[in-house]
Amino acid sequence: MKPAPFEYLRPRTLHEAIAALAHDDAKILAGGQSLVPMMNFRLVSPERLVDINGLSDLATISETGGSLRIGALVRHAQAARDPLLARHLPVVAETMAHVAHVAIRNRGTIGGSLVHADPSAEWPLLVRLLDGVLELLGPDGQRAVAPEDFFIAPLVTDLAEDEVLTGVLLPVPDPDMGMAFDEVSLRAGDFAMVACGANVMLDDGRIASARLAFGGLGDVPLRMEAVEAALVGQTPDAIAGIVADCAEGLDPNEDMHASVAYRRRLAPVLARRVLERAAGRAGGRT
Amino acid sequence: MIDITLTVNGEEMTGRAESRMLASDFLRDVLGLTGTHVGCEHGVCGACTIRLNGTTARSCLLFAAQLEGAEIVTVEGLGSPRKMHSIQEAFRRHHALQCGFCTPGFLMTVAEILETETLETDAEIREALSGNLCRCTGYEHIVRAVRDLVNERDGVAA
Repeated sequence: MKPAPFEYLRPRTLHEAIAALAHDDAKILAGGQSLVPMMNFRLVSPERLVDINGLSDLATISETGGSLRIGALVRHAQAARDPLLARHLPVVAETMAHVAHVAIRNRGTIGGSLVHADPSAEWPLLVRLLDGVLELLGPDGQRAVAPEDFFIAPLVTDLAEDEVLTGVLLPVPDPDMGMAFDEVSLRAGDFAMVACGANVMLDDGRIASARLAFGGLGDVPLRMEAVEAALVGQTPDAIAGIVADCAEGLDPNEDMHASVAYRRRLAPVLARRVLERAAGRAGGRT
Repeated sequence: MIDITLTVNGEEMTGRAESRMLASDFLRDVLGLTGTHVGCEHGVCGACTIRLNGTTARSCLLFAAQLEGAEIVTVEGLGSPRKMHSIQEAFRRHHALQCGFCTPGFLMTVAEILETETLETDAEIREALSGNLCRCTGYEHIVRAVRDLVNERDGVAA
């Protein structure tokens, strides 16, 4: 229950951090809420830890050309009470209430959640739902990656070993768009068995466009494009019928907390709840 | 070894630690502050909860080296046996501890949520405390103690 020895480095700049990653077995230490338990269990034993907690430029949230940029070092608790996010993307605060517990939300970072890529984690799902763009910086410069390309498998992403995730860009949505998030877990703050987020735009009482995404139902966050297409042109009271079979053909994992059958059962229940809530919040021409 | 200078409960302290030493072990074994308890050592039980620069953190998920320059409050900073903090008084009044192992973590969490959460219902209190485990399962009394503290804070008659 104690980590193996490692070399501890505390870079003062992002460039120093990237230089410090030029090593066979280096890991970035941000919030440490997933990495440190894994080190304590010796599931991972990196030879070098690069502590980026001092890089305060990465801990900011700003508005830039129609998007909000959330720095990788922003903590869940900071995102939950940020006024810019509250104004443009209130679904973020709604989602943060489900991320672990108070002390972990105070410490855990958005970047850490994204690069850890747990299939049931909230941030990968949010970034998929909201069409975010992940910004990576490496020795050869910066690149931007879409979530559908970034998340490859459970705990596996497109991030190279010498790259740092510096932040994520989330487009500011139409103010009339309704958004919602919910999940089912054993206790408040536990890992989600299934998590679900949705966006809805209404036009004259009918669904003009919809987004539906799930966490916990596959290896990576899943966007349900067939359901989204079927919702267009319908009224919100048709949601329950349209989502009823949405888990057919999905192959969720089974674990001690939930069977495959139970996860498939949760999917339409959550989809209905979240889509109806999003439709209720849509401020369109109803 | 790494030299660490930090402020603990308002007092400047120094110590040396290997890079792999957890903050929880540093507080207990190097600084001698054994009020912070070590339960699960993987961030689940909450017994090692401290305040780090104003907000709660699991000290078993921090390395001692990360405490350089930090402001730490441990349970020893809340009160003393002769002069208990109002949270400790409420726990005593409501018998909100049995074996007492989880209590330091609960006290530190309660100190924060009384500042940050509305806690209007007992369900909200339970949710805010969900990151702290009591193996004696004495939650009912803990919730009563926190309810009392919230009523006191909000000027509501019990």
